[in-house]
Amino acid sequence: MAQIFHRSANTLARVTIFGAVFIAGFVLWVIGGIVRSPYFTNQNVHREQPVQFSHRHHVGGLGIDCRYCHTSVEESSFAGIPPTSTCMNCHAQIWTNAEILEPVRASFATGRPIVWNRVHRLPDFVHFNHSIHVAKGIGCASCHGRVDRMNLMYQAEPLTMEWCLRCHREPEKYIRPREEVFNMEYVPVNQKEVGPKLVQQYAVRKLTSCSTCHY
Amino acid sequence: MSESKPLDFTAFRERIGDLRGKEYWRSLEELSRSEAFDEFFQSEFPQQALALSRGVDRRSFMKLMGASVALAGLTGCRPPQETIVPYVNQPENLIPGRPVYFATAMPLSGYARGVLVESHMYRPTKIEGNPEHPASLGATDAFTQASILGLYDPDRSQVVRKMGEISTWSEFVAALQPVLAEARSNPAGVRLLTQTITSPSLGAQIQQLLAQYPGIRWHQWEPVGGHALREGNRLAFGSYLNTIYDFTRASVVVSLGSDFLDEGPGHLRYARDFSSRRRVRQGMDGGMNRLYVIESTVSSTGSVADNRLPVRPSEIEAVGRAILAALDGTAAPAAAHGEFIASLARDLQANRGASIVVPGEEQPPVVHLIAHAINQALGNIGTTVQVIDSPEVAPVNQLQSLRELVTDMNAGVVSSLIILGGNPVYDAPADFDFRGALGKVAFRAHLGLYNDETSLLCHWHIPETHYLEAWGDARAYDGTATIMQPLIAPLYNGRSAHEILGALLGGLDTSSHGAVRGYWFGRGATEASWRRWLHDGVVSGSAPAPRAAAVSTAVPAPVEGNGVGIEIEIRPDPTLYDGRFANNAWLQELPKPQTKITWDNVLLMGPRTAEQIGFGAEERSKLFNELKTRVAEVEYQGVRVQLPVWVVPGHAEGAVTVYLGSGRAFGGKVASGAGTNIYPLRRSSAMQGGGGARITLTSRSPYPIGCTQEHQSIDPKVVGERGIVREASYETYLRDPAFAQTPPHGEVVAGLEHRNESLYPPFVYEGHAWAMVIDTTVCTGCNGCVVACQSENNIAVVGKDEVVREREMHWLRIDRYYKGDPENPQVFHQPVPCMQCELAPCEPVCPVEATSHNEEGLNDMTYNRCVGTRYCSNNCPYKVRRFNFFGYSDYETPALKAMRNPDVTVRTRGVMEKCTYCVQRINHARIEAEKEGRRVRDGEVVTACQQACPTQAIVFGDMNDPQSAVAQLKKEPVNYALLGELNTRPRTTYLATIRNPNPELVKAATADAEHH
Amino acid sequence: MAENDDKPVHEVRPTTQEMPVPARYIPSPTIEPGHSFATITDHISTIVLRRKTPLGWLIGFTIALFGVGILTMSLTVVVAKGVGVWGINHPVGWGFDIINFVWWIGIGHAGTLISAILLLLRQEWRTSINRFAEAMTLFAVASAGIYPALHTGRPWYDYWLFPYPNTMGLWPQFRSPLMWDVFAVSTYATVSLFFWYVGLIPDLATLRDRATNIWVRRTYGIFALGWRGSAKHWYRYEHAYLLLAGLSTPLVLSVHTIVSFDFAVAQLPGWHATFFPPYFVAGAVFAGFAMVLTLAIPARKFFRLEDFITMKHLENMGKVLLATGMIVVYAYGMEWFYGLYSGNMFEVFMLKNRATGPYASMYVALWVCNALAPQLMWFKRFRTSTFWLFVVAMFVNVGMWLERFVIIPVSLHRDFLPSSWGMYHGTIWDWGVFVGSIGLFFALLFLFMRFLPMISIFEMRTLLPESQAHAKEGEAH
Repeated sequence: MAQIFHRSANTLARVTIFGAVFIAGFVLWVIGGIVRSPYFTNQNVHREQPVQFSHRHHVGGLGIDCRYCHTSVEESSFAGIPPTSTCMNCHAQIWTNAEILEPVRASFATGRPIVWNRVHRLPDFVHFNHSIHVAKGIGCASCHGRVDRMNLMYQAEPLTMEWCLRCHREPEKYIRPREEVFNMEYVPVNQKEVGPKLVQQYAVRKLTSCSTCHY
Repeated sequence: MSESKPLDFTAFRERIGDLRGKEYWRSLEELSRSEAFDEFFQSEFPQQALALSRGVDRRSFMKLMGASVALAGLTGCRPPQETIVPYVNQPENLIPGRPVYFATAMPLSGYARGVLVESHMYRPTKIEGNPEHPASLGATDAFTQASILGLYDPDRSQVVRKMGEISTWSEFVAALQPVLAEARSNPAGVRLLTQTITSPSLGAQIQQLLAQYPGIRWHQWEPVGGHALREGNRLAFGSYLNTIYDFTRASVVVSLGSDFLDEGPGHLRYARDFSSRRRVRQGMDGGMNRLYVIESTVSSTGSVADNRLPVRPSEIEAVGRAILAALDGTAAPAAAHGEFIASLARDLQANRGASIVVPGEEQPPVVHLIAHAINQALGNIGTTVQVIDSPEVAPVNQLQSLRELVTDMNAGVVSSLIILGGNPVYDAPADFDFRGALGKVAFRAHLGLYNDETSLLCHWHIPETHYLEAWGDARAYDGTATIMQPLIAPLYNGRSAHEILGALLGGLDTSSHGAVRGYWFGRGATEASWRRWLHDGVVSGSAPAPRAAAVSTAVPAPVEGNGVGIEIEIRPDPTLYDGRFANNAWLQELPKPQTKITWDNVLLMGPRTAEQIGFGAEERSKLFNELKTRVAEVEYQGVRVQLPVWVVPGHAEGAVTVYLGSGRAFGGKVASGAGTNIYPLRRSSAMQGGGGARITLTSRSPYPIGCTQEHQSIDPKVVGERGIVREASYETYLRDPAFAQTPPHGEVVAGLEHRNESLYPPFVYEGHAWAMVIDTTVCTGCNGCVVACQSENNIAVVGKDEVVREREMHWLRIDRYYKGDPENPQVFHQPVPCMQCELAPCEPVCPVEATSHNEEGLNDMTYNRCVGTRYCSNNCPYKVRRFNFFGYSDYETPALKAMRNPDVTVRTRGVMEKCTYCVQRINHARIEAEKEGRRVRDGEVVTACQQACPTQAIVFGDMNDPQSAVAQLKKEPVNYALLGELNTRPRTTYLATIRNPNPELVKAATADAEHH
Repeated sequence: MAENDDKPVHEVRPTTQEMPVPARYIPSPTIEPGHSFATITDHISTIVLRRKTPLGWLIGFTIALFGVGILTMSLTVVVAKGVGVWGINHPVGWGFDIINFVWWIGIGHAGTLISAILLLLRQEWRTSINRFAEAMTLFAVASAGIYPALHTGRPWYDYWLFPYPNTMGLWPQFRSPLMWDVFAVSTYATVSLFFWYVGLIPDLATLRDRATNIWVRRTYGIFALGWRGSAKHWYRYEHAYLLLAGLSTPLVLSVHTIVSFDFAVAQLPGWHATFFPPYFVAGAVFAGFAMVLTLAIPARKFFRLEDFITMKHLENMGKVLLATGMIVVYAYGMEWFYGLYSGNMFEVFMLKNRATGPYASMYVALWVCNALAPQLMWFKRFRTSTFWLFVVAMFVNVGMWLERFVIIPVSLHRDFLPSSWGMYHGTIWDWGVFVGSIGLFFALLFLFMRFLPMISIFEMRTLLPESQAHAKEGEAH
């Protein structure tokens, strides 16, 4: 009776059977990669802004303190986005007719706010509080990256829950002295030793209960 | 301004009319797109403009300084791009993301309840009681709590209407000119109809108007504002005075049909004072006060009575007379209830000057006279009962006042009628036929929150400002005045009564602010005192001093022939009041304190009466399992109304009770269709109903009822043997304080700390250990906590159909149980929030760890992790978990989004939710404390339910802190855990109910029982 | 027979004649006389290979397809609108969804039991029904699978139940019985599938060889995995088959044990009982055999398989029905004993409520169907009447559904706090999904009966005397 399959069918069969396992594994691995990619996390994605505001220039260059604009970072959950008037404090004097600052002047004149594009966004069911993190010695740069080196603002970290927990589970690895919180250049010297001490000193607890952030 | 100046309308339109006028017909979204509007608003209320302008995302609203677009739900893998809109000029001392509290007052039937309003970015989100305010002392009731929803209610009238067509305020003001012209020529033809007014500034404006146009007549009408009370006091004291009570000094309280714990302008204060004499604690021996209640339907007050006497409404007067007689011993106590009256009288005699007899607001005037005669006889007046001048601007017999108006309208005398608030077409006595009479008036204007039955029949309708939107002032039950400050600019272009009167007085730009401020500065206010008053929420020293007053001893002879056949009692609805709250979904879905019925008004009657009309127990039990009941027809004074029958154990036999306020024909999406209108039964001759009603069971198919507790199907034995409710008399308590540790079924439940039967090693709570104790002795089941919880935690409303399917979402429910004779049982209220079990059955069964334990003993519920297997709910012995079977939360309506508490996630479809001990408040307090490097202090965290409770029945705190109130209470011998034998180790425990019945009557009762 | 060990196992397997067996087994044959290898092969394979599809099949399949339609619609509504379209409410969080899940899983037990356990026990009468029963198992499990997947409030997040490294840095709750379910059921499904497929291979080869159309041959060929029936093939086949049998035997017990944990682990009166695992397993076998009978009896008639599925098979199944039925009744009894003996008021009330509460009628019906009906099986007259067997089987099918209803909603609707008691009623969408899943089950079954040999051809062959003779020859040289 004539063969209904070519010889190669055997190899084909074997390959598919064994291959199945690896292919499945590979697919899962790829998915794992994608959900952590900037496509989903928006990490390192620069955002166009109505005014091309450069943190690099203002923070890195002029050395303006974070709190000059983000005023409520120490007492509120929200760090605060500066009102137009804050910009005008200086720009009423300098660069008074720079093209790039037109939207600011317009806003100040008409009283219509500048609409900024959000860079760091947490879902509605995550309740994050800036003030307590600052109070417990978590530096701005720890989450926002070297803002002093960013021309256009972007999200330096993935902001996934996994990422939050890294620090919530082992704060000693990331904590810094309070006075260094707003220091962009701060480089920890033997964190291994300092970390646990600070954790002790600031009575930092490893808050990993769900209701720490979700309620 | 004595004579009015000619008006410059062009200028007027310039400034207001056109700027806002052209916006009127537009939706909120469109409003924002108009530059004119934006500019206008941002110049004054920037955050306001933004609130209106974009589909505001709840959370960002708090997190961001302005507003943000595009609500991102809980799901969706790629979040949409959000924007941040900062201020142009940020207001001074505004810390974005932190709530601010403002003091103001909520007027109800004219009387003020002081409140503090939580405001996020100038957006009111929650009402709390004002501890400084005498009528509140920090407590709130359901109405006050729900008023925040009333503010944002998208159904509120938003447009000035002329003959139903969109018009503008300026055109209305223009239209007022002919009226004013006539006011000069024929003043008698111009009438003003208002509700009860205690606002001094508004009163002054009206007086000014009356002075300016002599002859204009001012009528007042308030459907349930205590006409009888007013007349009763006049009968008793000869003039319109008010009686206020001091329950802290009363050992014996007698209520003649009064629901003083849950009704009337002073009830919050009264409940607090009353409960202060009822807390039984180890070591302190203030004794316990005793409450006698003589009433027909079971009220909240009656449900906590130590001795309750159910009588037909008409009999209350007789009982009162009998008590009076028994006191001065002139006559032997009447045969009926002789025993009760005799021992009651003895008790009163023994407590001269330390007792109170409270007549019910709705009771006929003579009952008030009798009650106060008794008080006088006992020397209570001046000690426990104070007499003050009425806080009302012009107390009148409102029934008479309205009758005159209607008569004149029918006679064609009235040419123009201006209705400031209220809804007379719906709630005027049926025999007045206000609707018909109204038609005969040439010019009819109506100011109201809603486009309602009355505004339909008026030429002009002006949207009214909510009390949180406008300046105003009002007096409390004791006369204390409060300056009401707006929390937000009018959401829906509302106008206040002040503004309308201002327009009538010819002052173009009379803002309510101007009027109020003007009045008080005219009376010696200074910038400093004004600020202090605003801050405190009370005008210091504005309460009138008590005055001497003698009660006339001439008690008229009883009128015979009253109360034949079945008596019908007409009462304001416990959750809808006179119908003004009918469009408030929170209140519609709020289980009525005694019946636990939602979205309906029913025909309440006792079991025996039900038997008589052929609706026996066994048929009922079948139906009630299915949450259905039969419909009966009520015929009263020739009017027929069909109502579902509901049996209330303890309701006086031979009498039925109906609630006003339902069955609105035209009151908004929520109100329309819910329940049956009772006003047609209400006639000026019998405002509170009377005898001669005929009740017949119809053959209509069983009617589904949204009742949240199928009490009829509960076998009392079950409740008893399970030790769910544990109670004893004060006597028993004194003998055996630990009675609650032994539930009736004998199995001894030791204190929780002794029980450690777990496979897992015991978890040690080093830090805080949050816990709650609920004192069932003082709980009156008033529902304040339930709505407070709903407001604080953004709890969704599900609608009647879903309630019938047993899917209501309230995190906190108040269970109600009965004990003893079904014709006069003891009633028990048991608020049941999540017990926060230490060994929570719900936790191990959740496959995704959506519910888990935190290190402070909270039973966390992580909404965003929940996939909705519902296993946790199945395994919860207390059934306190609530599941979103559908997407109940409204994600569309912008106004409602603005209302929500930004600190609590709004739950989506398919997610389980439950009480969290207000974890958002705990976290807030913890963060503040840790920033200051200290522990959270006792009393720093207050849960929403605890804060609202008028009797302070709920105590919350840290169990680990031995000094904390909660830790102290846990030591009380009457402290017990609900279903403790399951070893769930609930953090919420209860203090057993202790009642203080008159021993004589107890003996009598037991003797009776032996006879039968 | 140690000397046979080096020989292909299949040739020595049927050893009825040699082994000392109770005399009463001899007379009634597991295959009617007068059959040869050829006749068996012809008869069974032509059912599959014939060109013309019988009208009866078409009608049946169409009806089943209609059921699938209902299922699709119902599930669409459930997913689109939310589980609120079902009758579940606050006291009663689980209704038809879990009832049907347990019901189907139970039915899915007979197959593997018959194939694996009876194989290991050398119960050769299983041969003619095992293929059929295994198929039934698979389809039942498929139908069951619908429910846990779609009963959740947010089915699109069901994947959170699987432990995989996620961006939340979170594992599922391994203490939850629902987690155990995920593993138990998926394992059971996989193993059953393999078991069934491996058993099919030789027959697929037969079909491949007998088919005339080239594409039909190719298709069967692919799945036959190049089977040529060489001694080596047979040798490996038998080993694989035995191993799988050994593997799936514990699963038969574990699956329903774990399903029963869903309830036993909870502290709800009526659920919280230690005897649930055996109780559920017995119930499952009970239900499973009932379903096999329900399907086998008509199929046997329709495809004229009386020769292969003989009265002996039916009678034996009847006996199993009786036995397992008695175990179930014992469990019902124990519920009462535990309840009353413990004196625990909640337990006592739960029992009282079952017997006299609003759902009493269902409880009574349950006793009639599961306890009384099977008693007929004591009598040979009923055991050997296809009609009565069918009737009893139907009773049991219904009874087992009622049992789950009584356990799940009836326990839930009145638990600890009377204030939160409620009632439960299935809505049209509850019934839609239920009826739909039955439709799916039958649709799959019809396809199976049309395109695969519903009786194992080669195993039937081994039942013939020739095969024994052949064995002897084998010994000879």
